[in-house]
Amino acid sequence: MKRLSYLIFGFTLLCAASAQARLEITITGGAEGALPIAVVPFALENGAAPSEDVAAIIGADLARSGRFAPMSPEQLIARPSHGKEVDFAAWREAGVETLVVGRIQPRDGGYAVQFQLLDVLRGAQLTGYVIPAPAVLMRRTAHQIADLIYEKLTGERGAFNTHVAYVTVENLAAGERRFRLAVADADGFNEQVILTSSQPLMSPAWSPEGKRLAYVSFEAGRSVVYVQNVITGQREKVAEFEGINSAPAWSPDGRRLAMTLSKDGNTEIYVLDVATRALTRITRHYAIDTEPAWLPDGRGLIFTSDRGGKPQLYRVDLTGGATEPTARRITFEGDYNARAAIAPDGKRVAMVHSSGKGFQIAVQDLENGNLRVLTESRLDESPSFAPNGRMIIYATEVRGRGVLEAVSVDGRARQRLGLASGDVREPAWSPFYSE
Amino acid sequence: MKHKQLAVLITFSAALLLGGCTSVSDRRGDDEVAVEDIDARTAGDTGDAAATTGADMGGQFTGNPLDDPASPLSRRVFYFDFDSSELAPSDRDALMAHGRYLAANPGVSVVVEGHADERGSREYNLALGERRSQTAEQVLVIQGAAKNQLQVISFGEERPVALGHDEESWRLNRRVEILYPGY
Repeated sequence: MKRLSYLIFGFTLLCAASAQARLEITITGGAEGALPIAVVPFALENGAAPSEDVAAIIGADLARSGRFAPMSPEQLIARPSHGKEVDFAAWREAGVETLVVGRIQPRDGGYAVQFQLLDVLRGAQLTGYVIPAPAVLMRRTAHQIADLIYEKLTGERGAFNTHVAYVTVENLAAGERRFRLAVADADGFNEQVILTSSQPLMSPAWSPEGKRLAYVSFEAGRSVVYVQNVITGQREKVAEFEGINSAPAWSPDGRRLAMTLSKDGNTEIYVLDVATRALTRITRHYAIDTEPAWLPDGRGLIFTSDRGGKPQLYRVDLTGGATEPTARRITFEGDYNARAAIAPDGKRVAMVHSSGKGFQIAVQDLENGNLRVLTESRLDESPSFAPNGRMIIYATEVRGRGVLEAVSVDGRARQRLGLASGDVREPAWSPFYSE
Repeated sequence: MKHKQLAVLITFSAALLLGGCTSVSDRRGDDEVAVEDIDARTAGDTGDAAATTGADMGGQFTGNPLDDPASPLSRRVFYFDFDSSELAPSDRDALMAHGRYLAANPGVSVVVEGHADERGSREYNLALGERRSQTAEQVLVIQGAAKNQLQVISFGEERPVALGHDEESWRLNRRVEILYPGY
């Protein structure tokens, strides 16, 4: 029962009413084995009045990871704001093992946010910081704190202070549609539209430094690949050959784009040097070859091909030689495996998988070949790994509408992100920012 | 013989009038221009009416075959099985008629648009849509259509005609459309 109420806290994230479109997150899957944690609302001192509830954002982030079960605020036995105020014995009795406390004070026109992560059983501080935060960046500060807590408790880097790019589609009157390419915080807040078009937009792909998006736009009446600077909004066409120009994927060094072109008569995979525009052909086969994804070492690609009769994933090593390298098939379960997304550590590949009953997201271990289906609806597509490799965001359809969901790589926790209106699709989780 | 000249004249006039309207994205906004009317107008304007006035052959359709519901050219959407780009035999026959028409009317150009249903991955479907349109293109070319009369474009699953998420919608969306300017 207690576990249930932990979960309910994470079910719906409330937020201030806002005219701005945003994603709303609900946790749909259970999170058995999640660690109970209490995040006490941060004390506001010396007249501090931030627009965001920092503790609530931290709790929501931790809940979304599927690895933590924050207590609801009503269950808190006390509201300490500093470690020295904590009655550890009382919290132990309440079944709380990990506690987050903090306080916010005005500083330099913004705020100073202090937090402490406390080990209740040992009565000791695990970590603690004072973080200066401009008033407009309180959400980001909360995500940074959630990242620090997550890393301290799991030993892995948190991915809360990251972004998601996606495409939204609205059906307007008279068959007109409006496509938008948008970027939001990883929790769905702060949506910012970076491109609007009456024609389809597809396949956003983050550059490794997280400042550029490559994507496909049909604004010219056919597919063209663009690269847009997310911050300045400036963009350039990088591929407008005859036929298909699509499926852009950045190399790990950010200098090249693998993409699908049909300029030579059939869909093949090429690598474009973005600076010199030199084009290297990678595949040569009469079948469909598309959806290249880079291995993290930059030495190989995994792509979709139906050269065996049905779409399956193939792997090719980039030899740099004069002839196209040989590809070898890597998926053998099911009759449809496509749209590879490779985990940041290169050990797993996520894909759109079908064994005849709809299309789900599956993950395959690249070493032993074991495949695991993570989702259970019928129109799941476009998987994208969080930069820490722990979650996969993907698109699905719920009651006729396109929505985004995220699932933990172990399949235990699942959550839904949905826009107020229209379809959302093609999520791309940003890399870490090295700021 | 006379019939053929008529068709060429009609086509030529249509091409002149519609030459600027080949943009795919704008096609919703194109006026529904009936080609017979154009022909009649052209004939009247130029005084060269011999080709059109005497063409009533006992109720047989005398305008542009694209407007004849009984002509195989009236079929301009062709459907496919899931993950397939194979044409049904009857579709092949209709496409062959389009190919012959294009061969006989080198001034006419068409857009061959390939589409897919929403299932599976979007980029694979974009490639699948292109393969479907290329299958249709091959039939047209074998019948004598010139490559420069054909603009092959895939929209994958991005431009569905049916917005449902069911078998019937998927069937309608797995298609190739032959788009004549003005139609």
